[in-house]
Amino acid sequence: MSTTSIRKTPLLEVRDLTVTYAGGARAVRGVNLEVEAGRKLGIAGESGCGKSTLALALLRLLPAGTKVTGEILLNGEDVLAMKWGQVRAVRWAGASIVFQGAMHSLNAVHRIGDQIAEPILLHRRTTPAAARKRAGELLEQVGLPAARVDAYPHELSGGQRQRVMIAMALACDPGLIIADEPTTALDVMIQAQILRLIEELVSEQDLGLIMISHDLAVLSDTCDRLAVMYAGRVVEQGPASEVYENAHHPYSRALSGAFPRIGDPASRFAPQGLPGDPPDPSALPAGCTFHPRCALALDSCSTLDQELRDAGPGRQAACVLVGPEGAAAPVVPGAEEARSTS
Amino acid sequence: MTTTPVDLLSAQGLRITFPGRHGAAPARAVDGVDLDIRPGEIVALVGESGCGKTTLARSLLGLVPPTAGQVTFDGKPLDYGSRALKAYRKRVQLVLQDPSGSLNPRHTVYDAVAEGLRIHGYAGDERQAVHDALSRAGLRPPERFFLRYPHELSGGQRQRVVIAGALVLEPELIVADEPVASLDASVRGEILALLLRLREELGLSALVVTHDLGLAWNIADRVAVMYLGRIVETGDVEQILTAPRHPYTQALLSVLPEAPGEPVVLTGEPPDPSRVPSGCRFHARCQVLASGEAERAGVADLCRTKDLPVLAGGGETQVACHWATAKVAAPAS
Repeated sequence: MSTTSIRKTPLLEVRDLTVTYAGGARAVRGVNLEVEAGRKLGIAGESGCGKSTLALALLRLLPAGTKVTGEILLNGEDVLAMKWGQVRAVRWAGASIVFQGAMHSLNAVHRIGDQIAEPILLHRRTTPAAARKRAGELLEQVGLPAARVDAYPHELSGGQRQRVMIAMALACDPGLIIADEPTTALDVMIQAQILRLIEELVSEQDLGLIMISHDLAVLSDTCDRLAVMYAGRVVEQGPASEVYENAHHPYSRALSGAFPRIGDPASRFAPQGLPGDPPDPSALPAGCTFHPRCALALDSCSTLDQELRDAGPGRQAACVLVGPEGAAAPVVPGAEEARSTS
Repeated sequence: MTTTPVDLLSAQGLRITFPGRHGAAPARAVDGVDLDIRPGEIVALVGESGCGKTTLARSLLGLVPPTAGQVTFDGKPLDYGSRALKAYRKRVQLVLQDPSGSLNPRHTVYDAVAEGLRIHGYAGDERQAVHDALSRAGLRPPERFFLRYPHELSGGQRQRVVIAGALVLEPELIVADEPVASLDASVRGEILALLLRLREELGLSALVVTHDLGLAWNIADRVAVMYLGRIVETGDVEQILTAPRHPYTQALLSVLPEAPGEPVVLTGEPPDPSRVPSGCRFHARCQVLASGEAERAGVADLCRTKDLPVLAGGGETQVACHWATAKVAAPAS
């Protein structure tokens, strides 16, 4: 973080964010993130690692009774300190979310044009006719004919519905888009179409993008930077392709190894996984939260918690094996072993 | 496992047509497919949503009677009488996608796994059979899971319960429809490793229906790529996935995050099976035809007008493409 010399004010800056649900589950435990306009940040991790909670926390969409601390600076203003009226103004217009599962996020009994127009009517002083016209333009922007404003969600395919969700997210010209698993459950070809669309929109409109997924391969292909979350914390971050190709943290390494490289003989008839389940956020293990599943864990890992530390230019990882001088030498032989034996 | 050269399960000239509603044209969901699965073989059936792969899988299980053609199991044509089907389903089991949807939330793990035994009037020790199936599916110690309910399990564990339910009857073949699509990446590898281990230990054959080419690379011996009701390219996984010849397979591989070179993103969605285009069924979306490459190879007219023959179901590498065939015939051009 200290390496960059000149920088713009980031679009979004998250400082030491924690989220504790009413039941005591510590879903997010001290996360720091930054997104600049025109940049794409990927957040990766398994189900239950806190990545979706993090997305909801950014716009204060969590249920009442949830304890959120830290700072969420959107264009320099702390979302957590805002009055409700301001929060409402920021939603859609400052930042918007593309939720996972486009099948369920659209209202089945309203025409999609009306659904896209709804936030426009709420946020902009405009007439229903103008909002509808804008809805048509937005549909064209996401590659659907404007005439589809009259369609109902069931008349569209999964990929088309996801395009509608993206059109909706763009409706009030937000600076930041948070996409939560935008392509899960879509076919490879449709996924490629949607990812390409998102990339184009981000670069054309100079948006900031946070993309959340369990698919490290997709994130590394789409995003500039990648943050890998485990048990409510970022355990590794850095330039996307470097984290994917050469992860320092054993968890990120296992996650990236789970994606077969077609043509690579090493993954032929050798699917890689990671045994065990992520820890229960209301009963986290002591020490490094990953140690019960870690093939390289030392004795000290069960007692000593690991903070993010520098691991090469622009990179950080939270592992005892990552040395301060960057890419840690002792990790590499152990890593190869862990891969071939698992 | 017998040593007969007979294919365990085979489809010949299989066609499944669903009638169109309100006088619409019938949907040709499966439009002429030959496919063989040999004992101990894992075959991946790959294609986009709506290409007919799930209908094909269902018809191999006897759940959808074919409009034309036939399914044979162990050398004998499938008998669609209810008693014969029941006996057949003991030998061929289905593993569904989405384990959350295919488990009854009010049944314990034990009941879920034992259900098949009860339906088939299993005479042996039910408890022992359930114990063994859970253990083989990697839920150990099995007793700990007997009285759990699906909501108490993680997604990966639920999928293992579904697999245990399929294994308990000791089938010879399982048909798995998107077995890992709804699972986390870390769990995905574990479940795929389980399928490989079952093949090794029990000689289990599998047909894995998926849209994930990486899965085919991970576990399958053979791959069949399906487009709009037909298999358009089939053969050894190594060969098809590293040197695809059909433009559709090439496009599918090119959009994977890892793929080298410029991705070929096909526009639009697969066409409607009630309006299969004339000529090559892929020609309307074909990047080779669109770029003029097919014209230069002198096959563009064929692409637009001449349908391709149905590929044989055996192991040999084949492609249903005028352009790919022309390239082989005249390698110099």
